[in-house]
Amino acid sequence: MARLKQAASVGLVEPRVARFDAPLALQCRVELPGFELVFETYGELNAERSNAVLVCHALSGDHHAAGYHAPEDAKPGWWDACIGPGKPIDTGKFHVLSLNNLGGCGGSTGPLAINPNTGEPWGESFPPVTVKDWVKTQAMLADRLGIERFAAVVGGSLGGMQALQWAIDFPGRVAHAVVIAAAPKLSAQNIAFNEIARQAIQSDPDFQHGRYFQADTRPRKGLMLARMIGHVTYLSDDGMGAKFGRELKSGDLESARDVQFQVESYLHYQGTAFSERFDANTYLLMTRALDYFDPALEFDGDLVRALAGTKARYLVLSFTSDWRFSPERSNEIVDALVAARKDVASAVIDAPNGHDSFLLPNERYFDVLGGYLAAAAAGLP
Amino acid sequence: MRPDLEIIANLINPGARVLDLGCGSGELLAHLAAGKGVNGYGIEKDAAEIGACIRAGVNVLEHDLDDGLARFPDSSFDMVVMTETLQAVASPAELIDEMLRIGEECVVTFPNFAHWRCRLQLATRGRMPVVGHLPHQWFDTPNIHLCTFRDFERLVVGKGLRVIERFVVDGRYALRAYVNRFPNLFGATAFYRLGRAGPMAA
Repeated sequence: MARLKQAASVGLVEPRVARFDAPLALQCRVELPGFELVFETYGELNAERSNAVLVCHALSGDHHAAGYHAPEDAKPGWWDACIGPGKPIDTGKFHVLSLNNLGGCGGSTGPLAINPNTGEPWGESFPPVTVKDWVKTQAMLADRLGIERFAAVVGGSLGGMQALQWAIDFPGRVAHAVVIAAAPKLSAQNIAFNEIARQAIQSDPDFQHGRYFQADTRPRKGLMLARMIGHVTYLSDDGMGAKFGRELKSGDLESARDVQFQVESYLHYQGTAFSERFDANTYLLMTRALDYFDPALEFDGDLVRALAGTKARYLVLSFTSDWRFSPERSNEIVDALVAARKDVASAVIDAPNGHDSFLLPNERYFDVLGGYLAAAAAGLP
Repeated sequence: MRPDLEIIANLINPGARVLDLGCGSGELLAHLAAGKGVNGYGIEKDAAEIGACIRAGVNVLEHDLDDGLARFPDSSFDMVVMTETLQAVASPAELIDEMLRIGEECVVTFPNFAHWRCRLQLATRGRMPVVGHLPHQWFDTPNIHLCTFRDFERLVVGKGLRVIERFVVDGRYALRAYVNRFPNLFGATAFYRLGRAGPMAA
């Protein structure tokens, strides 16, 4: 409970649900018969309704970005380091909106929800969703909440891609787009890692062609393996070296018997914990949304043209040790923005923790992000 | 505003696309954006300066000039500016070529190593000069490619570049007749506005 009283926490928060009854046409041309989005807000919306910030989550995130659901919660929301009073996304200045994306497993309509046409969970039959679909449904949620224009749309990794898509799809509704540790589209290597993760899940006998709920099983092994692969790509060689080196958890290298390295144990733990909390079908769906993301596609592959009609100002951040979405990939976005004559600032943060750096506290990272958003807040109508 | 930036601001047309190499805290770009509607970007590698730019709403791109400018396409800027930075980069001659590849024109300013105070200190004390416009000790100076006006002039002539404007100022950034008469002796800082090699140059 002591933590809740800390000045920098948004404290206890309660998720809310927005229900949309009208059918939703997805990019894949499937119509979803209504849907729900679960969301949280932190900080007060001002009288002009101009200080809203949308936080977009990445692959495994959800709506619970900051604060605690209950006093006894062991951990706060996934981006609590960054969101709160006096933090980079300052809830003293901004009204922060965070939701679980469509297709997620945090409470929004997704594979875990009941398909009204069958009375069974959607499971593997949940239609593919794209970053564009997410942005569209986020805009519907903003309409519902009376937010015409976001002071900023902020996200890291897949969340950064949503911020970019927001600027393209709703140029009049985003004042600032903050794109962190992202890329304008995935590389073949990125897609390859995602496919290995998907194969890990799909080849688990308990996956049951995605109908594991009906079979009363869970593909835990597959999901664990998928997370382990993902996790390795989110860290850096140096970061893992510093954290684990060749430390042993058990056994003895001299006799080469029953050896387990610390890093193995760590990955097992991370993988197992993830397989307990995350849905396999959602993981497949989210990684595919990542793979499909390519906002330049509808502009003949020309990112500069894709960005030409945008009106936001941009902050693009990347991390030196991130090899999953390296600074070079972020610079592709920056260079396209410069060519499109858009306002953009970029910084490459020296950080040791690979792609995961975007989630972790870092003095310069927070200084740049907080400084940028403070300037944005100062310019609010 | 820094007096040299004031001088440079006067060389830039309203509405121009400007790239400022080594933009520091973004003073020039902020001034140009506010006063002349310039679409400007700065390149900087120093974290503190980048932070200052971002807080001031200046378009700053984190990039090390020693990594080159290959990321920018040909003729993507009207003007590429580099103030007091030429002497601190790894490959100044190549960088000038690059500036004129990506920009139609460029403005370069640099300190004169042949200023009479430098000459005097070197001649009388036999030590590396430490003067107003070159304030660093030899061991902690960022300036690894110092030159004189005459050196730079030779480089420009050798490349066949078009000199659109050229002037020198004293240590207080003032234009003076005697400095103009003997620039390589009395000039502290040179301003060159350069264009690409024309057909006449060969």
